[in-house]
Amino acid sequence: MNAERWILRAVRRALTVCALVAGLAAGAAAQGFAGLGTEAEGFALPDPDRTLEFPRDHGAHPAFRIEWWYLTANLEGADGRQYGVQWTLFRSALAPGAKEGWTSPQVWIGHVGLTTPDAHFHGERMARGGIGQAGVALDPFRAWIDEWEMTAEGQGAPPEADALDRLRLSATTPRIGYDLTLRAEGPLVFHGRDGYSVKSEDGQASHYYSQPFYRAEGTLALPGGDVGVTGRAWLDREWSSQPLSESQSGWDWISLHLEDGAKLMAFRLRDRDGPPFLSGTWIAPDGTATPMHGPDIAMTPRGTARVAGRTVPVAWRVEAPARDLDVTLRARNPDAWMDLNFAYWEGPVAVSGTHTGAGYLEMTGY
Amino acid sequence: MTAPALGAILSHWRRAPGQLAALVLGLALATALWSAVQAINSEARANYARAAGMLGGSQLASLTAPTGPISTETFVRLRRAGWLVSPVLEGDLRVDGRRITVTGVDFLTLPSGGAGLQTGSGEGDPAPLLRGAVALAAPGTAEAVRGAGITGLPRLVPSQTVAPGTLLMDIGAAHELLGRPGEITRLTVLADQPVRRAPLEELAPNLRRVAPGAGMDPVQLTRSFHLNLAAFGLLSFAVGLFIVYGTIGLAFEQRRPLFRTLRALGLPLRSLLTLVLAELLALALLAGGIGLVLGYLVAAALLPDVAATLRGLYGAEVSGQLTFRPGWAAAGMGMAVGGTLVAAAQALWRTARLPVLAAAHPRAWALGTVRRLWSQGAAGGALLATAAALSVAGSGLITGFVLLGALLLGAALLLPPVLSLLVAVGRRAARGPVGQWFWADAQQQIPGLSMALMALLLALAANVGVGTMVASFRVTFLGWLDQRLAAELYVTVQDAAQADRLRRFLDGRARAVLPIWEVEGRIAGRPVAVNGMADDRTFRENWPLLDAAPGAWDRLADGTGILINEQLHYRSGLGVGDRVAPFDGWRPEIVGIYSDYGNPRGEAIAGNAKLTALFPAVEKTRFALRVPQRDTDGLRRALTEATGVPAAAVTDRAAVKAASVRVFDRTFAVTGALNILTLGVAALAILIAHATLAALRLPQLAPVWALGLTRRRLARLEVARTVALAAFTAVLALPVGLLLAWALLAVVNVQAFGWRLPMQVFPLDWLRLLGLAFMAAALAAAGPARRLARMTPARFLEVFANER
Amino acid sequence: MFLDVSDLCKSFPTATGRLDVLRGVSFGLQRGEALALTGESGSGKSTLMHLVGALDTPDSGHIRLDGQPVPGRDDRAAAALRRDRIGLVFQQFNLIPSLDAGANLAFQARLAGRHQAGRCAELAQALGLSDCLERYPEQLSGGQQQRVAIGRALAAGPDLLLADEPTGNLDEDSSETVLDLMLALARDTGAAVMMVTHSGRLAARLDRRLHLSHGKLA
Repeated sequence: MNAERWILRAVRRALTVCALVAGLAAGAAAQGFAGLGTEAEGFALPDPDRTLEFPRDHGAHPAFRIEWWYLTANLEGADGRQYGVQWTLFRSALAPGAKEGWTSPQVWIGHVGLTTPDAHFHGERMARGGIGQAGVALDPFRAWIDEWEMTAEGQGAPPEADALDRLRLSATTPRIGYDLTLRAEGPLVFHGRDGYSVKSEDGQASHYYSQPFYRAEGTLALPGGDVGVTGRAWLDREWSSQPLSESQSGWDWISLHLEDGAKLMAFRLRDRDGPPFLSGTWIAPDGTATPMHGPDIAMTPRGTARVAGRTVPVAWRVEAPARDLDVTLRARNPDAWMDLNFAYWEGPVAVSGTHTGAGYLEMTGY
Repeated sequence: MTAPALGAILSHWRRAPGQLAALVLGLALATALWSAVQAINSEARANYARAAGMLGGSQLASLTAPTGPISTETFVRLRRAGWLVSPVLEGDLRVDGRRITVTGVDFLTLPSGGAGLQTGSGEGDPAPLLRGAVALAAPGTAEAVRGAGITGLPRLVPSQTVAPGTLLMDIGAAHELLGRPGEITRLTVLADQPVRRAPLEELAPNLRRVAPGAGMDPVQLTRSFHLNLAAFGLLSFAVGLFIVYGTIGLAFEQRRPLFRTLRALGLPLRSLLTLVLAELLALALLAGGIGLVLGYLVAAALLPDVAATLRGLYGAEVSGQLTFRPGWAAAGMGMAVGGTLVAAAQALWRTARLPVLAAAHPRAWALGTVRRLWSQGAAGGALLATAAALSVAGSGLITGFVLLGALLLGAALLLPPVLSLLVAVGRRAARGPVGQWFWADAQQQIPGLSMALMALLLALAANVGVGTMVASFRVTFLGWLDQRLAAELYVTVQDAAQADRLRRFLDGRARAVLPIWEVEGRIAGRPVAVNGMADDRTFRENWPLLDAAPGAWDRLADGTGILINEQLHYRSGLGVGDRVAPFDGWRPEIVGIYSDYGNPRGEAIAGNAKLTALFPAVEKTRFALRVPQRDTDGLRRALTEATGVPAAAVTDRAAVKAASVRVFDRTFAVTGALNILTLGVAALAILIAHATLAALRLPQLAPVWALGLTRRRLARLEVARTVALAAFTAVLALPVGLLLAWALLAVVNVQAFGWRLPMQVFPLDWLRLLGLAFMAAALAAAGPARRLARMTPARFLEVFANER
Repeated sequence: MFLDVSDLCKSFPTATGRLDVLRGVSFGLQRGEALALTGESGSGKSTLMHLVGALDTPDSGHIRLDGQPVPGRDDRAAAALRRDRIGLVFQQFNLIPSLDAGANLAFQARLAGRHQAGRCAELAQALGLSDCLERYPEQLSGGQQQRVAIGRALAAGPDLLLADEPTGNLDEDSSETVLDLMLALARDTGAAVMMVTHSGRLAARLDRRLHLSHGKLA
């Protein structure tokens, strides 16, 4: 999942809304504020030769412009009802480097989504770094914004275990809340070349790894009452400083938990001037990752829905010929629209075809 | 058919241009005063909205700490517990002696949308604002602050949506600019909160929840003031509407034969009504338009005074600049049209029911029946009873104003029957046919003049009421001033050297040299002037304290105590024993509350030694001198010669008192101006009533003339009659005005200012007002009377002409 | 001659120039005599009466009442003349609306300082008004109002009673009654009467008749 430009625009848009609310007139803006892009000078760039180390790289990389801790979960109630949960913490730096206090250049943004078969809830938070309102800490691992938390539960874990193996996840909004425990049943998975993931033919890239093997269990606080759930979850970690190519208009990203224990991650970056850029990772049940490019994988829209006044492809055909995979993805709830400062579609899907299973679909730029 | 009918209907105005002028003028004046007040109020409200709205200050609750600033840790603790709160830091900068408020906010947690401001389509880069490199300010403020060369100031970008006198910036930048790292003045509580949160008392027991719109919100503070103005505006409008009612009624009455003829000639009733309504609407729009222009001018003239009052009374920043806002213009136009329709309702109703063939009984419209007088009187009595009941049972500001409304309207309705009774008494006492006719005719005049006289009653009562309130206040204030201005001489020096020379010169000549100085601080979120007071028996003996802790003067002197004035006490709820932090690094206890009449602001007094220690750099340039009473003039001369202090810089007690009174009077200038305007409109109502009634009067006067009274004598009697009616009205207005004053002092004033003042009566003012009323009535009646005196016999003879 | 009118001229300005209403009218009237003045509409009858009653001033000519000139008086003197010596009755009655019938009836007499309650009561009785003296003009019928006006004109005991179409607003029966009353009462007081009417039938009841035509006596 690549999102630099998107996230930059989201931050920028969110801040613009705030600023306009605060009375920043268009005229004032026209006086030539230094753009966010030009201020970005001095940020670090992803390095193909860098070896990721843990727990260090679970933490923030303030030298990079953008970073996230992105968790999605496919859950099921005791009655078989399907639910989806999203918990995301973005870090977006106005300038490189960490700093204590109110003048920290680090901006943190939280997104929360909860999808039921007939409803979709979302929430958003923003905070600055440096004062403790939001951030990521190590030993023990802790990512948070306000009361939204993703924290490591260390008790009883073997010493060689990864810091992210046991997590507790919680969030609340004015309408819903959730509290989940996550247990990893497999290793961390590195995308691209040992976690160096290329995003375009021009060579834009990010550092990208995942923990796709979580078993999830917990409670959803819905408007109708609490619901106990179990299921699977997937954590993405990614950081970078580069925007997408100018001509790339959006992307479609999937993460699938297949019944046989294998996992599939794929993204499709749409290009106004040419064919989309496709990339993915096949993850065997034991965690062995195989990168996939161009002809190895195909994603084709199969059906659309009208969501928030837009036409969004909520059904897809996904093919991986080398894996004998030809499946159809269908949104559990086509209305999973994240109507936030930057709006996008993100929700659980059901997998059918040569393989069955569950997964998450994210689509931007529609 | 429509065109000739309309032509015939409108031709009336060509024949009666005076009536047309009266109608338009009356409506225009009514609209003008009403919309002037509305314009002022909306300007002020817009200013408050700019100050408070963008931070959600007026719609959202907030958390404050009575014990000092809120820490960043508390803020983070609340956020981490799921409380959606947004920090605001407020502080002051002094630029050329003017206070500039610095407001620091966290743009990331600001309640977006809570502001109710448009986001617009500007695609600016907000990062510099968020990073504190840029601050926003109203254009005028931005220029003033830029020129002052303050170090560490972010780049200022002018913005129309920031309140005047305020710099809006990121809280991080505000921390650095104000030198108050990590401090938070208050936390705004967002409207939508997450489902599960720990209780506030557990998380931050020291924080106090302030309801939306309470506390520091100028909207709340100034509500009563604006309500006051609005009530005045409505009163003026009502007075103006009396004129409109009178002229429309007359115009319709005079056109009754025409309407009848038009209908007889085949104009359907519906068409007639439509035409008449269209005519009225056109007139209303014309007059309303003129009224809006006049209103704008009046508002522009009054606004600086209002702004001064608001700043002084409530610390609310309102720019003296009036902007045209569609809101009040539309409201003014609506009032003009609505008022016209209300005033015309009766006339329209009668026109609608006008039979095509009626007995040719031209009965003057002005001749109302006695029964109507009495039913009107009953309604008035009922309203007065309501007012009486409210004064016993009611409470609160709105009730107070309802009381005032019921009182005034009831009195107005009761006026004609009471006048009728008075005139009947006069008639019984009259000897001789002329006297008898004089009173009998006065009786007959009452219905025709009643609207104008009711207007006069309202204006006079308002004048007496508000005048009594202000004057009571003034007398109390002057008495208090005499008590407090204990020193004989007051000197202002230019620099420290002169101050030294002064001290040396006065050594041995003056019993005490007491510096007078103040520093601006902040108590309970509001700017407060903190005065330095030397420890001297002058103060210990003369300074009136309403409430005091034991040893208050000693604690003031040693720097552990502070005195606050009654206004601050009332507004902040702080009392003796509470701790405050007027400046960083000093947290004294309140040891006393002093009465401070006439000073509309919250103020405090600190010990001279403590204040000097806190602000060593502030030069003391004003001194109060205790010198022997006998030779202040001689000492004054010697002082100017010996120290080089210019004579103008030395003032005595009387001059200081005069200056204080000037400040006081300015505060109530707006009230006075509106008073005069309302009285003027009432006088105009009488004039117009006379002018329009003059044509009706002729048939009533001609026989008397024919029977042997000279025109001159008739004219004199006409003036005398009007003056008599006005005099009765004025006399009746007195008790109404005094009741009004009581309601203002005992109900409204307590809510608005926080003092209940002893009511005092000023018979001389009444005499002056009575004189004014006589003069207004005489002047108003003089014009028509002069015309009567000079009227050719031919005009009288027309009355007797057979071919009518 | 009690009333002596000679060579009286009066014109009014109009849109088309001056209109000569009276062009050299001369006549005399004895004490106690009743004169009817007839003529077409616009012949100048009312104008002549207004001039005699000091309500208006002529352009030229003389009017003498009891040897005293009527025109040329200032407002005060003209008012005094009307008050003290002349009684006026108009077609429109012209009562004072704010006073009741009794007060109206007594008004001029009191104004002239010659009020006698008995005289007023007699007049009211003679005029058949005794029951309605406390009513206001608007509460009276036309005939009643005119009887009040006649009473008012005669109560002060005038030397000259001027009546301008006194029955013009009344129906035929009332006309006869009111006219008879007026003439009878005038005769009793010895007042000279000058009455304007366009009715030849009514004019015939008076002692003498003058006919005005185009501003001249025929």
